Amino acid sequence: MEVKELHAPGHRACPGCGCAIAVKIILRETGPNTIIVSPTGCLETFTSPIRSSSWEVPWIHSLFENAPAIATGVLAGLNSQGNPNGTKVVAIGGDGGTYDIGMGSLSGMFERKDDILYICYDNEAYMNTGIQGSSATPLGAGTTTTPVTGDSFGKMVEKKDMVAIALAHGVPYVATASIANLADLKKKVRKGMDNPGPAFILMLTPCNVGWGYEPEETVELARKAVETGLFPIVEFENGNMVSALKIRPVPVEEYLKPQKRYQHLFKNDKFEDVLKAIRKKAEDNIKKFGLA
Amino acid sequence: MMDLLLGGVCKAGESKKLETGKWRSFRPVVDRNKCIKCGKCADYCPDSCMEIKEDGAEVNLYYCKGCLICIRECPVKAITKEVEEK
Amino acid sequence: MKGKTAILEGSRAVAEAVRACRPDVISVYPITPQTHILEDLARFVSSGQLKSQFVRADSEFSAASIVYGASAAGARAYTASASQGLLLMNEVIYAMASTRLPVVLTAVNRAISAPITIQPDHQDTMSLRDTGALQIHVESLQEAYDAHVQSFRIAEDPEVLLPIFICMDGWVLSHSYEPVTVFPDEAISEFAGTFQPVQKLDPAKPLTYGSYADQDVLMEYRYALMLAQEKAREKIRSVTKEYKEVFGHFDGDLIDTHRTEDAEIILVAMGSMVSTIRAAVDELRAEGRKVGLVKVRTFRPFPEEEIIKACGKAPLIAVLDKSLSVNTGGILATEIKAAFYGNPVQPVIVPFMAGLGGKEVNRRVIKEIVDIACRAGDKQGPRGDTIWMGLDHGFFS
Ligand SMILES: Cc1ncc(C[n+]2csc(CCOP(=O)(O)OP(=O)(O)O)c2C)c(N)n1
Ligand code: SF4
Ligand code: SF4
Ligand SMILES: [Mg+2]
Repeated sequence: MEVKELHAPGHRACPGCGCAIAVKIILRETGPNTIIVSPTGCLETFTSPIRSSSWEVPWIHSLFENAPAIATGVLAGLNSQGNPNGTKVVAIGGDGGTYDIGMGSLSGMFERKDDILYICYDNEAYMNTGIQGSSATPLGAGTTTTPVTGDSFGKMVEKKDMVAIALAHGVPYVATASIANLADLKKKVRKGMDNPGPAFILMLTPCNVGWGYEPEETVELARKAVETGLFPIVEFENGNMVSALKIRPVPVEEYLKPQKRYQHLFKNDKFEDVLKAIRKKAEDNIKKFGLA
Repeated sequence: MMDLLLGGVCKAGESKKLETGKWRSFRPVVDRNKCIKCGKCADYCPDSCMEIKEDGAEVNLYYCKGCLICIRECPVKAITKEVEEK
Repeated sequence: MKGKTAILEGSRAVAEAVRACRPDVISVYPITPQTHILEDLARFVSSGQLKSQFVRADSEFSAASIVYGASAAGARAYTASASQGLLLMNEVIYAMASTRLPVVLTAVNRAISAPITIQPDHQDTMSLRDTGALQIHVESLQEAYDAHVQSFRIAEDPEVLLPIFICMDGWVLSHSYEPVTVFPDEAISEFAGTFQPVQKLDPAKPLTYGSYADQDVLMEYRYALMLAQEKAREKIRSVTKEYKEVFGHFDGDLIDTHRTEDAEIILVAMGSMVSTIRAAVDELRAEGRKVGLVKVRTFRPFPEEEIIKACGKAPLIAVLDKSLSVNTGGILATEIKAAFYGNPVQPVIVPFMAGLGGKEVNRRVIKEIVDIACRAGDKQGPRGDTIWMGLDHGFFS
């Protein structure tokens, strides 16, 4: 059977990897006239082993902290040669490469208003190095560096608000998207590519290895994250919210309970406050973005 | 290094020779009578190994890692799992 | 070819050369004493004298990454930095060299913190010596101009394809004024040619850059850098020769020598110190002392054969270092000693630390070095330990 996807099979993602679903769909929308840039991380590792690349489009990885700058450079390189075919540059990076170590470089790319679509696949931890906490790890989630022992309940602080950070830079197109709603994801990728100047899309991509659930539940969990209000699907153009996916809110427990990283919250009522804070987060999102 | 290019650069799409189907412990089996060819399994498959043919979805077992997302996402429950005998 | 000679600032001489070589993409981040170069280039671009994409970077890490991406997309790319900035680029330069991206970088040599300083020495570029990037150290403003014109062709040669650093001492070269002969931009552009990449990021032929590799090929990719630097030797020789033919200037290829023929002591050094040594050598020769000079022009590729040949039968060599590998001493001296290993002629090699952190090295200091080195044969003379010129011993009591 011939496979026509621009993200080829035979890649080495874990079975059920949420990021792998996202990348396949993103490339369907970008088409072949696109150069993809990725920082170090799971995506880079599972797609690029030497002699077995799964990229059917030009792709470049350099380091962990510089994908936005590499993207800027590639675009400048194209433009300096006239870019006669209007080739687009899209960066796809993990939460570590985006929220943490690549933040300076991303901020520079946003500020210069470089015409690049940057997509963050957020699996809420450093998965490639073995599930260490990042600044995208949410409150209460256990990772190897936000351990659950004694009074420590996993990540003790909230995750960073990347959407607000992108908006604060005046990024003209900012959106969130879910692998449980592929038509919406594709539409946003298209808008991000067509928008002149930088665009930022944040996707939540569940990782069964890092979150501790059965691989088959990947899409279902992405859906639950949206339905609880914990991961609002929103869209901003020139700083104004232009769409927000309406939900019929379900309890956050439906999202949290299937995941090992949150199990301690349900063992006894020791961490009831944490659960309350997570519930409040969902409610705040629902109010803030008018989701319900 | 004959098959490699300068500077660690390599050719596109060479992963296709990797038989990731060997990783599988369960295999998805499509009931073509139930399949409505909606394409959801193909969309959600992380490994690009579901294809919608004339008479329904077809799994490419050379690549299928057996994550079973397709079973979970099929709206008419046309896919079931079977233990992979090795 | 006849050029126009004018009194130029060193940074301006560099900017003139870079402009004429027409890089497609320039990305820089300011750091003293490199700033005048990027300010000149920014002005050239905004005034339309240079049609480059000029990208302001948010850090040196990004600047190096931007030219990396541009080079991978097939563009001629240029950046400049110094000191802390070069150290921040370190990780990027390693990857750039291994990915075989021929970026040209002006390294305005400056010492490394702490204490923070803007004084010149070679610690910054020495810290990047193992990256795979080529390094040419210049002694004068004219050579800074000439070397930049030569650099693009050397780096971009299909058999070389490595980043290249043109290293020039901060202040002494970057901010001083000297007569520099500048040639018409058209002539320089013609000499510099254009970048013809053997591969690039291109949807028409998709390639994967920066793949993940294991033990089956990693050593091979490091070895490939060894081979590329060997090719660079030949390329540097041919490009400097051709430059001489076209423009009449020759500053040396891998090395340059001055009055080495019958020398009984040879001084070996790099960078601006070389021109001070030239003058000192002439004065000492006038006094009847048989002193010569070997300028190491390319620190990478390292010209061991040329140095050995130039030193001939000289029994004594003094190496002047502006960088330190803590606990083993001057870095140039260590490499020179290694070069002489197994050589039939075994001169006494006396290492000097001179000019580290901007400590003054004038002709008087050079003569002192010659005198100290000449006592190496005596019982009380130096025994191989690095001699630190101008070190304030009172500091430690
Ligand atoms: C400078 C640097 N620091 C640390 C690492 C180690 N490292 C490689 S991938 C990675 C985690 C990546 O996390 P993220 O960006 O969230 O992507 P994920 O693996 O979760 O998909 C880390 C810490 C590195 N390669 N480079
Ligand atoms: S660890 Fe998680 S993110 Fe990484 S490949 Fe596996 S499933 Fe995907
Ligand atoms: S089991 Fe997973 S890999 Fe196999 S076809 Fe279904 S979704 Fe694809
Ligand atoms: Mg992650």
